[in-house]
Amino acid sequence: MSRLKSNPGFISILASLASIVIGLLFGFILLLVLNAKNAPAGMANMLTNGIKDMGNVLYNAIPLIMVGLSVAFAFKVGCFNIGASGQYTMGAVFALFCALKWQLPWYVCLLAAILGGAVWGMFPGLFKSLFNVNEVITSIMMNWIGMNVSVLWVSNFSQMLAPNPDRTMALDAGNPSAILPKAGLDSLYSYLNIGIIIAVIVAVIMWVIIAKTTFGYELRACGLNKNGAIYAGINAKRNVVLSMVIAGALAGLGGGLYYLTGGGQFKLEKEILPMGFNGISVALLANSHPIGCIFSAIFISYLKLGGIAMQSQGYATEATDIVTAVIIYLAAFSLLLRLTIIKFFGKEKKEVAKQ
Amino acid sequence: MAESDLANAKLPDQEDYAIEMLNITKKFPGIIANDNITLQLKRGEIHALLGENGAGKSTLMSVLFGLYQPEEGIIKKDGKVVQVRNPNDATALHIGMVHQHFKLVECFTVLDNIILGVETTKMGVLQKAETRKKVMALSEKYGLRIDPDAKIEDISVGMQQRVEILKMLYRDNEILIFDEPTAVLTPQEIDELMEIMRNFKAEGKSILFISHKLSEIMAVSDRCTVLRKGKYIGTVNTCDTTVEELSSMMVGRSVQMKVEKEDAKPTDVVLEVEGVTVPSKIHKNNAVQNVSFKVRRGEIVCLAGIEGNGQTQFIHALTGLDSVSSGKITMCGQDITHASIRKRSELGMSHIPEDRHKHGLILDFSLEQNLVLQRFRDPEFQKAGFINFGAVRKYAEKLIDKFDIRSGQGPITTARAMSGGNQQKAIVAREIDKGPELLVAVQPTRGLDVGAIEYIHKQIVAERDRGVAVLLVSLELDEVMDLPDRILVMYEGEIVGEFDPKQVTVEELGLYMAGAKRMEVAE
Repeated sequence: MSRLKSNPGFISILASLASIVIGLLFGFILLLVLNAKNAPAGMANMLTNGIKDMGNVLYNAIPLIMVGLSVAFAFKVGCFNIGASGQYTMGAVFALFCALKWQLPWYVCLLAAILGGAVWGMFPGLFKSLFNVNEVITSIMMNWIGMNVSVLWVSNFSQMLAPNPDRTMALDAGNPSAILPKAGLDSLYSYLNIGIIIAVIVAVIMWVIIAKTTFGYELRACGLNKNGAIYAGINAKRNVVLSMVIAGALAGLGGGLYYLTGGGQFKLEKEILPMGFNGISVALLANSHPIGCIFSAIFISYLKLGGIAMQSQGYATEATDIVTAVIIYLAAFSLLLRLTIIKFFGKEKKEVAKQ
Repeated sequence: MAESDLANAKLPDQEDYAIEMLNITKKFPGIIANDNITLQLKRGEIHALLGENGAGKSTLMSVLFGLYQPEEGIIKKDGKVVQVRNPNDATALHIGMVHQHFKLVECFTVLDNIILGVETTKMGVLQKAETRKKVMALSEKYGLRIDPDAKIEDISVGMQQRVEILKMLYRDNEILIFDEPTAVLTPQEIDELMEIMRNFKAEGKSILFISHKLSEIMAVSDRCTVLRKGKYIGTVNTCDTTVEELSSMMVGRSVQMKVEKEDAKPTDVVLEVEGVTVPSKIHKNNAVQNVSFKVRRGEIVCLAGIEGNGQTQFIHALTGLDSVSSGKITMCGQDITHASIRKRSELGMSHIPEDRHKHGLILDFSLEQNLVLQRFRDPEFQKAGFINFGAVRKYAEKLIDKFDIRSGQGPITTARAMSGGNQQKAIVAREIDKGPELLVAVQPTRGLDVGAIEYIHKQIVAERDRGVAVLLVSLELDEVMDLPDRILVMYEGEIVGEFDPKQVTVEELGLYMAGAKRMEVAE
């Protein structure tokens, strides 16, 4: 136990769990304020709904894992990838274009999604390393460009559109071969497919890259001390571009995985998809650890579905959104809690020593 | 000695102590930083705190300043027990500190930095005219020259330190702590600082002066407390002691103060620099102007000069951190003028950088990760892109053992948690163990104590004797006179003189460094 207590990984997990509990408490207080009578039932709905519908939770966690990985990976090199949304959008549109226009099978569509996201991630990376332009600004702009490009692009190809031309054609009608194989997972939830397996495998690969390879070592060195990395002969400029490309590819793959299902119709709305920003919460909650991203994505997906279930207790959609947002927001305080936990353990040790 | 000193304090003619730290113990994971340490500062004295890096000086001062809470021991101010829970408590007790690494807001002006935290306001509006008057009066009174409207990032290190001192004075501090104040100063600035400290003493302020430079302690302090490896060794009156006694108290053995080396036997040229010019990033002129020289195998060439005369820019260009605008750099027969840093490293260039925090280390990496910073790609440490952690650990343990790098948890200690001297030892170990052809050592002993300096000097001489070409950059005159076989003086980006250290005097060298004299260097 005492060895566990000084293990930084254990402390990180404990901090994340503790902050989740605090977030849930806050969410409950908020429910009490909004409608005290239904609060216990509402909270119960929120917390239990996901268990009944685990397949749906996992299905919605797929894109969250990917955008979370995207943000977390960029963060390791000291980049804040706020452009995951645009990369995700481009991934989705590249994939759907291959599926509906060119009638290609799903695996090719996924490769196209990776390419689309990577290209969108590359620009902020290039601007940062060549002209020292802050990646936050460029990637926000790339979000808007991506959104407009996607709408313009899709609406120009009528064969991609559904009978109702505000969205793309459903894949079961347009090109069933582009739908991700279900591999029996649809027994859990009708849309669930091998996407979740792909997402988990990618997360593990990312962890191996960051923790075990020379490339990951370089990336972390750049992220922690760019000058030191340059001094050591590491090509910091190349690494910034490369990691933004990889981050973009991850988000793009997320877009592909989410939309290459029977039901995933891409809506032509002039709105930035919120998915990319959810990625920031996922990465924060996971303390930028790739494996942690799997769990934090499932947790957030669980909460979101729970929020929808709360509506049956008379809470408005906006209210449930606020509650889930508060929980996620507080959950991101895990960093702060880490220090408290370390202090707490330190004190305990001292007391033991005194005895 | 501790007991006798405590006993003294209890005599009827009790001493007038401004601050007493009694039996302080402070532990960190794996290390006892302060083990039952007692320090008593008399009113109106300059009290030196002497010890090697890692002896616990900075920890003790952090305890006094409220940054750490000790496990045991008490602090008394004017004979009364006080609690110092945080720096605000320390400030309320009129304790002020100039940290070794200054705590200034880089993008604020000098004036803003001085008043930060104790601003005079009227209805929430800053009263700058008033505060400016007070600051300038203090500046005048103590001869602390500053430019109140300059930004910190634009002024010299010496002036930054004067700003830190003014910060303490502005807060009416009576107890002034100077943590390694001379480490970053030029010889002239050191003399000025000593004079300022004497003025403070004359005013009745009490000064704690943390240092490991024995000559300065002898020159300015009244008493000296010595720590070694976290333990209290003793307190002596400076007038009754000698440099030799102090150094053996500090290190625990007698120390070789002078570098011992045979005459150099230079052979073939390793580094040839021809007409190198580097543009300045601050002004329109060149930071380095048409510099040419050669360094041969088996000799130590020192680039001497006052800080800010182009040495840093030249070294950056030489090591690849910056590019040259004209000229040619040849190493071992290969043109490396535009080669990448990695290429230079592979050709056998080792670089002990000037700023160990900015360049030398990834502070949040562990010691072992730092020790393979340039070598993690060697087949020894990786296979198909996967790091061989076992080999890294073994290599780190070898270096830690060979170079006596001390840290709390060995190879897995975070570099940030190590003392400055051991951080430097780690860098020296890494750079020397690479087996270089050319060793570029920029202020390799900056901020280090006698024991560590002696050690690093020995290593550099050993490298020279092994046939390595050494290019040393130093601001310390002792080092410039002692270590190299040849001295080149740099002034305003040009080489203005070449000397044999055995034949030149410090005074003569000083004239060239100040730009009063120059010679045509024939290469």
